[in-house]
Amino acid sequence: MINSLFLINPSGEIFLEKHWKSVVSRSVCDYFLEAKEKALEPEDVPPVIHTPHHYLISIYRDKLFFLSVIQTEVPPLFVIEFLHRVAEMIQDYFGECSETVVKDHMVMVYELLEEMLDNGFPLATESNVLKEMIRPPTILRSVVNTLTGTSNVGDTFPTGQLSTIPWRRAGVRYTNNEAYFDVVEEIDAILDQSGTTVFAEIQGVVEACVKLSGMPDLTLSFMNPRLLDDVSFHPCVRYKLWESERVLSFIPPDGNFTLMTYHVNAQNLVAIPVYVKQSISFFECGSDGRLDVTVGPKQTMGKTVEGVMVTVHLPKTILSINLTATQGSYTYDNGTKLLVWDIGKLNPQKLPNLRGSLSLQAGAPKPEENPSLNIDLNIQQLAISGLKVNRLDMFGEKYKPFKGVKYITKAGKFQVRT
Amino acid sequence: MTPMQKLLQLPVNAMNMVKTAQDQMGQQDEAKSPVMTPDGGNHNWYNGEPNDPRHIRFGSGGGDQEERAHLEEGGGSLSSLVTQPLRHDDLKEMLDSNKDSLKLEAMKRIVAMIARGKNASDLFPAVVKNVACKNIEVKKLVYVYLVRYAEEQQDLALLSISTFQRGLKDPNQLIRASALRVLSSIRVTIIVPIMMLAIKEAASDMSPYVRKTAAHAIPKLYSLDPEQKDCLIEVIEKLLADKTTLVAGSVVMAFEEVCPERIDLIHKNYRKLCNLLIDVEEWGQVVIINMLTRYARTQFLNPNMNESLLEEGGGEKAFYGSDNDDDTDDEEDKEEKEKKKTEATAIVKRKPYVMDPDHRLLLRNTKPLLQSRNAAVVMAVAQLYFHLAPKAEVGVIAKALVRLMRSHSEVQYVVLQNVATMSIKRRGMFEPYLKSFYIRSTDPTQIKVLKLEVLTNLANETNISTILREFQTYIKSNDKDFVAATIQAIGRCATNIGEVRDTCLNGLVQLLSNRDELVVAESVVVIKKLLQMQPEQHSDIIKHMAKLTDNIQVPMARASILWLIGEYCEHVPKIAPDVLRKMAKTFTNEEDIVKLQIINLAAKLYLTNSKQTKLLTQYVLNLAKYDQNYDIRDRARFIRQLIVPTDKSGALSKYAKKLFLALKPAPVLESPFKDRDHFQLGSLSHLLNAKAGGYQVLPDWPEAAPDPSVRNVEVKESVITLLERVTTLTSVPEWTKCSSREKRKEKKADKPFYSDSEGESGPTESADSASDTASGSESGSGSEESGSGSESEESNEESESASEEDEEEEGKKKKKNVEKIKARKPVPESESEPSSGEEVKKSEKKSKPRIGSSESESEEDDDSESESSESEEESEEESEEETKKKKKTTASKPPSKPPKKENKKEKKEMSLLDFDDFDPAPSPSQVTPLNNFLSSSLVTDLEGLSLTDNVLSPTTIVPSGNLKTYELLHRITGEGLSVEYCFSRQPFSPDLHMVAVKIQFTNSATSEAKSLHVEDAKLQSGMRIKEFPEIEVLPAGETVSVVMGIDFCDSTQAANFQLCTHTRKFFVSIQPPVGELMMPIFMTENEFKKEQETLLQSLGQLMGMNEITEKLTLEEKCQGEHAVVQRVTTAANLSRVPCGSDKECRFAGKTVTSGSLVLVSVVTKEDGAAQLTVNCEKMVIGTMLVKDILQALTQ
Repeated sequence: MINSLFLINPSGEIFLEKHWKSVVSRSVCDYFLEAKEKALEPEDVPPVIHTPHHYLISIYRDKLFFLSVIQTEVPPLFVIEFLHRVAEMIQDYFGECSETVVKDHMVMVYELLEEMLDNGFPLATESNVLKEMIRPPTILRSVVNTLTGTSNVGDTFPTGQLSTIPWRRAGVRYTNNEAYFDVVEEIDAILDQSGTTVFAEIQGVVEACVKLSGMPDLTLSFMNPRLLDDVSFHPCVRYKLWESERVLSFIPPDGNFTLMTYHVNAQNLVAIPVYVKQSISFFECGSDGRLDVTVGPKQTMGKTVEGVMVTVHLPKTILSINLTATQGSYTYDNGTKLLVWDIGKLNPQKLPNLRGSLSLQAGAPKPEENPSLNIDLNIQQLAISGLKVNRLDMFGEKYKPFKGVKYITKAGKFQVRT
Repeated sequence: MTPMQKLLQLPVNAMNMVKTAQDQMGQQDEAKSPVMTPDGGNHNWYNGEPNDPRHIRFGSGGGDQEERAHLEEGGGSLSSLVTQPLRHDDLKEMLDSNKDSLKLEAMKRIVAMIARGKNASDLFPAVVKNVACKNIEVKKLVYVYLVRYAEEQQDLALLSISTFQRGLKDPNQLIRASALRVLSSIRVTIIVPIMMLAIKEAASDMSPYVRKTAAHAIPKLYSLDPEQKDCLIEVIEKLLADKTTLVAGSVVMAFEEVCPERIDLIHKNYRKLCNLLIDVEEWGQVVIINMLTRYARTQFLNPNMNESLLEEGGGEKAFYGSDNDDDTDDEEDKEEKEKKKTEATAIVKRKPYVMDPDHRLLLRNTKPLLQSRNAAVVMAVAQLYFHLAPKAEVGVIAKALVRLMRSHSEVQYVVLQNVATMSIKRRGMFEPYLKSFYIRSTDPTQIKVLKLEVLTNLANETNISTILREFQTYIKSNDKDFVAATIQAIGRCATNIGEVRDTCLNGLVQLLSNRDELVVAESVVVIKKLLQMQPEQHSDIIKHMAKLTDNIQVPMARASILWLIGEYCEHVPKIAPDVLRKMAKTFTNEEDIVKLQIINLAAKLYLTNSKQTKLLTQYVLNLAKYDQNYDIRDRARFIRQLIVPTDKSGALSKYAKKLFLALKPAPVLESPFKDRDHFQLGSLSHLLNAKAGGYQVLPDWPEAAPDPSVRNVEVKESVITLLERVTTLTSVPEWTKCSSREKRKEKKADKPFYSDSEGESGPTESADSASDTASGSESGSGSEESGSGSESEESNEESESASEEDEEEEGKKKKKNVEKIKARKPVPESESEPSSGEEVKKSEKKSKPRIGSSESESEEDDDSESESSESEEESEEESEEETKKKKKTTASKPPSKPPKKENKKEKKEMSLLDFDDFDPAPSPSQVTPLNNFLSSSLVTDLEGLSLTDNVLSPTTIVPSGNLKTYELLHRITGEGLSVEYCFSRQPFSPDLHMVAVKIQFTNSATSEAKSLHVEDAKLQSGMRIKEFPEIEVLPAGETVSVVMGIDFCDSTQAANFQLCTHTRKFFVSIQPPVGELMMPIFMTENEFKKEQETLLQSLGQLMGMNEITEKLTLEEKCQGEHAVVQRVTTAANLSRVPCGSDKECRFAGKTVTSGSLVLVSVVTKEDGAAQLTVNCEKMVIGTMLVKDILQALTQ
């Protein structure tokens, strides 16, 4: 199983190492660093590298490389999934997952890693269990700790590990009992030059923030569960009930968690909320080109489209650009050739437009391909698939919880080919 | 014991030793340098500022080495410490202080050093002293330190052992566990015996968590000392038998690391593992699923061995198709070959494939895990299905795998690799998701290339145009590696799909005018391969390419063009010599591969057109003669000898033409993922396409299935207790029933002799239907499983009892139908107003399987099963000679099979109930969910109860003697002995915690049956049976009733046992409807209310009772108080609580085993509306009861 873990920053510095079995020299990372050098982008580093004595499995996340060393056969996804859990755990504990955060909380991260694996096999990966053993830092607690010399290590034992519902802490108490659910849907789409949809689908996720006392047992039902084609659940959800009744029945973990992800039935046509009129052209003779992009609302179900942003990776041969935006502002990084046009809210009366000229490096040939546009947007209070939560029932506790559901539609991997 | 004693004593001495060392050193330090204050510059240690001078001194690798060297020679002794007196003094000081806060600070800095990879091993003596520190955080950090450095400082590490040994005896399970965890993590060989002892002890610890830790410790010890393997296997064997989900994953992991070859250890635990699987934590699931895949490959038969036959016509027609086999229109040659092979074996065997129920169990229990959030679990299930499932069922994994594609790019990478392999074998599976593999410009290159691979694999005649259009956009990409891959992909599509070859070729030719040289070069290479397939038609393309030689610089492309021209010089007779001329001019500047091709071209032209090219060839060969590269010189020399006729030229020159102008077969463009599936999918080895260390080969399917009975689990204790109790039995009523399932099995064997309906379905059909019936009953909620078992029993029993004579008159074939009709009869009867007219109606409906929603299930089940048996029988008739053989096999099967199925069901149900019931404390009242969830099955499950009378309740008006009987053993199966049972609702006097079951034996055979008794009960834990006293002789034609007691442990799981006569043994099972698990108690209205109150109040507490309320509409016939009472009491063994109002009916009872109260009240309102309330501590019982009563009242 997993032998060692190294955290490596983008410049190749190893700033944390943890070994669960015999110590593996950090020189093993050289193979990885070599591969990293070769790759153009950090994402291009192969996740699995074979070295003479070890296998290196790595993930790139939040600008950090998590590199694990293994010695024997193990399902690669097992390791990858675990590494992502580590990243999520750090995020969960410290609010973000970054080099600074890890360096600031070196000891705590190390302790957490110690608890998460035993001899390379995952032991406690549930955030609720971990938090019982090692309390996450809060401002208040850090003040108290410095004053009193107490610490973050829980003095209670991780009873959660003993129970058959390891995801929930025991003895939770809240004065305000509340349960919030965010239904977030993302539209993945590829539109071609003419604006026709090559491919579109809706992926959704139900994020929950449950702060309920005791051991509540929740049942969430949808008005139209038939919409859901493929689902995956947090382990707390009872599969069988979903299969037979199409309701989500679960004893929730405490705090934030992802209850389910789903994929909307492919038969349903996906409403594309915006259209994009674009023309990017380069002139054959001169070293010049033009760019003209207009974004407008299409099928928005009467809601406003917000947070619209267009990202373009311009060809490498672009020398400079000179554009004007009728709405919002654009930024352009000449190093990465990344053009970001932040539009904001879409106004159907006055469509935002970005146009201007692009100048190419002298003598450079006309680029083969026009860059594709990546669109970002969100629509509040709308689940584009039409999914609706019917009701949430609670059993097992007597108080009346405060319940809420929020719908958001976002653009996922929304790409317009040009 | 001696080494242990030594060790135990060691700490004291060692401690002293260290103390003195420390003291001395401390004095010296004080003398030499002032000790730094903790808050001084020291803080930098913790923060790890790289500019700290001391970091530079020993923080780098070189420094580490040096330090370690020191420590190793000195073993942490005085000398090494003295030589570097300044190092970590402050930390040592802090560790020696009395203040916990200082110690903590020091430990934090030390751990931070470790985390950063700095060496802190010289602090070992100072740290290890704190192992017994009271402060829990210090202690934890010391553990962390110890685990990291103990290996390097073995002697000193021993100091800590006694602390852990004490911890192992701690009353707190978590302390025991963590002591074992640290103890086993210290990689010190000398403590191996201690570890071994500790593991053994922990393996039988009461706490499952400690046992889990023990499982974790096993591989640790094994890696430390592989000689302990045998002992460890014993521990593993013991832990494998553990029934808790907590342990299961960890022990299988240990099994995989220590003794993966001992597959025999799994047999007994196989079913348990399958059933626990869903509740095991996700990481354990991955390990278990992977292991079970391997296990299944050794134990079961290939479900696809008949796949060729299945594919042809599907269903019954498949059988006629044996001569059409060759017509399979699958384009994949490989598959065809495979098919033929399997077909061949299938023909040889002609044995109907019946999926082992255990095989089915595995598939069924893993399927829901496709919904896991953990990608590794999904992948594990996917590979399990890919390797084990019948072809028709593999499709379910596609959706889940496509879902994973939205995950992180690393996950995508791994999943795509596996999808690529799968899509070669089973293309149809991913075809619907074609668009999900479309490439975005933002994908990392490695993902793009993999998606391309999948798209290429999925291409076929129907979708090729869309795919090619997609490819066209990819060619424009800026990512040149990707473009090259796309061109190759187009080439592969063109070779695989003849229709589009020309289109592709044209497209590629257009690419030749692309501005990017790489694109052109790649196109040339691909075109070359394509042209090789049909060169005649494409001389113009070759001409076009000849022109390109002026521009293209990429050597591979130039070489390809030259080869093409040389190979097909006859098609371009004018251009070829000219090209050679040009090439001869530039020969010296070309790359080596191009030079070689120029020589080849020259040689070929010389042979075909020596007039024009003789001189050119000479020239080229001369140039080559003096080339720097010896390969080229060699080639030139060789070719000269071969083609230029000289006196000395050998015999070979005659064949020169043949040598050079031989027809070369077109290259096969293959996917790099072809045949990768001989590695277990999802494994590291598969990903690397090379065997990784520790990889366990996925075995091939066995030719014949090993004995399935090895997986039967015996419950010996219960049998013994039973035997003890037998003597006390007194009453001897009669019995006559047998397990319907068994009966059916027997029928299968018998039928062929009687019926001769279309005998064509053959092995495939039966394989199919067997799996269908299985999946039919299984795919639903698991409880349906349990339900279906009893349903079919019911229906059969009832029919049996009612239609004895019918059966004899009618043919066996018809009997089935009769049974079906009869099976329905009891329902209306039981529903209090049996009208003959209704009965007739019902029987008329026999062709329509669905009558009532509740019935439909039982009937479906029944139907499908009867179909399966029919089909099997048909298959058997299909070839007369084999009939006998087969009959033997089928006939020999039944005895072993029924219990297995039963077992399976029972377990399934258990896991289901556990599923909601897993933790009584936290989830006391999640009532509605369970309710719904059990609904479908229990309705039918409990249907049978409606006729039983309630002796103890004074207010019931159920006619007694109308007890509903169930069949236990059918007359045919029992070889003349038929057995029925009913729940007599009498208290079972020898043990009041048992449910009395009245069993009636009827001997309709011609000879007498002797020594009827019960044997070999296979019971769920906690269940007990009190057998009836042995019936010594049952003469022919006689009937005898006995009563036996069964403690069902308040669950509706079946009690399985063997019914033995002097000659035969029959596997039978009794499954109680929930209403029979209770007995009536008498209560007044006030008491009732009070009880109900207390129950409700205790609801707040976790152990409280539940209340389930359901609204319902009473059927017209049942709107009176009288009817309600009757129906409720028929459905459940409860007594009526007298009550003032006629709008309310209350019933009370308690469960037989645990005596938990069961309170039921029905409040009727206007228009037949009513409200049903059930209070019961046992949540499961309560919910099931609600369903039951609800059904009784609404039908």
